[in-house]
Amino acid sequence: MVSLRERAAAVAGTVRDPEMPMLTLADLGVLRDTEVDGEVVVVSITPTYSGCPAMATMRDDLVHRLTDAGFPRVEVRVVLSPAWSSDWITEHGRAELRAAGLSAPGPAKKGPVGLTLSPTRRALTCPRCGSARTEVISEFGATACKALYRCVDCFEPFDHVKEI
Amino acid sequence: MNHDSVYDGLLGGDSSQWAFGTDFEDPLAGVDTTVPAGVDGGELAAYCLMLGDDTLVLSQRLAEWCSRAPELEEDIALANMALDLLGQARLLLARAAAADPAVVPVLPAGSPVPAEDALAFFREAGQFRNVRLAEVVNGDFAHVVVRLLLFSIARLAVLQRLSGSGDAVLAAVAAKGVKELTYHRDWAGRWFLTLAQGTEESRKRLVSALEQLWPLRDELVTAHPVELSLAAAGVGVDPAGVRDETDAVLDQVLAVAEVDRPQRAPLAGIGGRTGRDGMHTEALSRMLAEMQVVARAHPSGRW
Repeated sequence: MVSLRERAAAVAGTVRDPEMPMLTLADLGVLRDTEVDGEVVVVSITPTYSGCPAMATMRDDLVHRLTDAGFPRVEVRVVLSPAWSSDWITEHGRAELRAAGLSAPGPAKKGPVGLTLSPTRRALTCPRCGSARTEVISEFGATACKALYRCVDCFEPFDHVKEI
Repeated sequence: MNHDSVYDGLLGGDSSQWAFGTDFEDPLAGVDTTVPAGVDGGELAAYCLMLGDDTLVLSQRLAEWCSRAPELEEDIALANMALDLLGQARLLLARAAAADPAVVPVLPAGSPVPAEDALAFFREAGQFRNVRLAEVVNGDFAHVVVRLLLFSIARLAVLQRLSGSGDAVLAAVAAKGVKELTYHRDWAGRWFLTLAQGTEESRKRLVSALEQLWPLRDELVTAHPVELSLAAAGVGVDPAGVRDETDAVLDQVLAVAEVDRPQRAPLAGIGGRTGRDGMHTEALSRMLAEMQVVARAHPSGRW
């Protein structure tokens, strides 16, 4: 017997990130919790970046998906702490990113923050041709969570999901 | 399907499919915003406005760069940083409103404008608490590089300490901000070096921007009584306490760039009052006039 909470969590788990639709909110690590309180489903999500404009869409999508699945009342709560880390992207999510031609983040830095005046070094492989010879074009890309790279061998540009 | 509206056609007439503007949404929905015991809600709100106005005003200045940067990649970088700062501002202004609703401008009864928007769009320049570095008019690309370097060095040092704040909301906003400001500071530091080591012209412009903005730097590391009071309560950070650390990071950049530290004195306040007291340069009123005009024309508008 599947509990109401499990069913609600399963539905919430199918909602996708509006900017990286190859990822579910669960794969991205922003879906923190799904609870059922009486007839209210309470879903908790964490913003990836402070100004992430996708948060409003995520909320709307969660409410609509759960309402369509027969849960009449849905409340979406924001959880600010602990802050989202790219380390929370699941292994399945990382595979989905690569399959979609994006480069998955490495481990996020921890501890005191040092100034880095030389370009950030990441050991990346081109998601298209597999070459390890890549160069960063910009630490800021099409969305807040991505850096822009270029493959030196096949010349294709690609997005890298940043470590934070 | 209503063929008079292209949007109806796109969305099949279901306005609930709109990504934005479907309903009011609170950026602190479900977050416990109880003011910590022993802390004055009015002081906490004033402090959140200081930090939040810094990022709101600087975000607006960065947004003015949209479509004007020398390269598309840098245009996008500036917009990304503006978005991070705007997100921080939204949370901080919402936190200010929750700590002391009396700081929120009164709008017509029934207005759907949320508190953080009321604070952003319906206050006069004299009610803004940002440092004057954030508000001065944009200059060339070297100017934005120097402004971001000076700001992000100081703000990162403050946020690192603030992530241990006794106010759980401030602590969380700060912890997130540390990750974002780290990228901003690196961007500004790298461009500072690139311009310093580039052509004679780029170096000249960089040094000129540094000289021009230097007098505004001191305000970032000078404490206001509200900051001191909240620092004593374990909720805020005394910015004077990060002065040595910010000096060290800046000297690291200046040394590699082989640029001398300017000798210009800090910009004085007026009767001892500076941006933190609501005493601003003329530039802020002009910037706000443009930023606020549409919202003020529609105080009951739904966006």
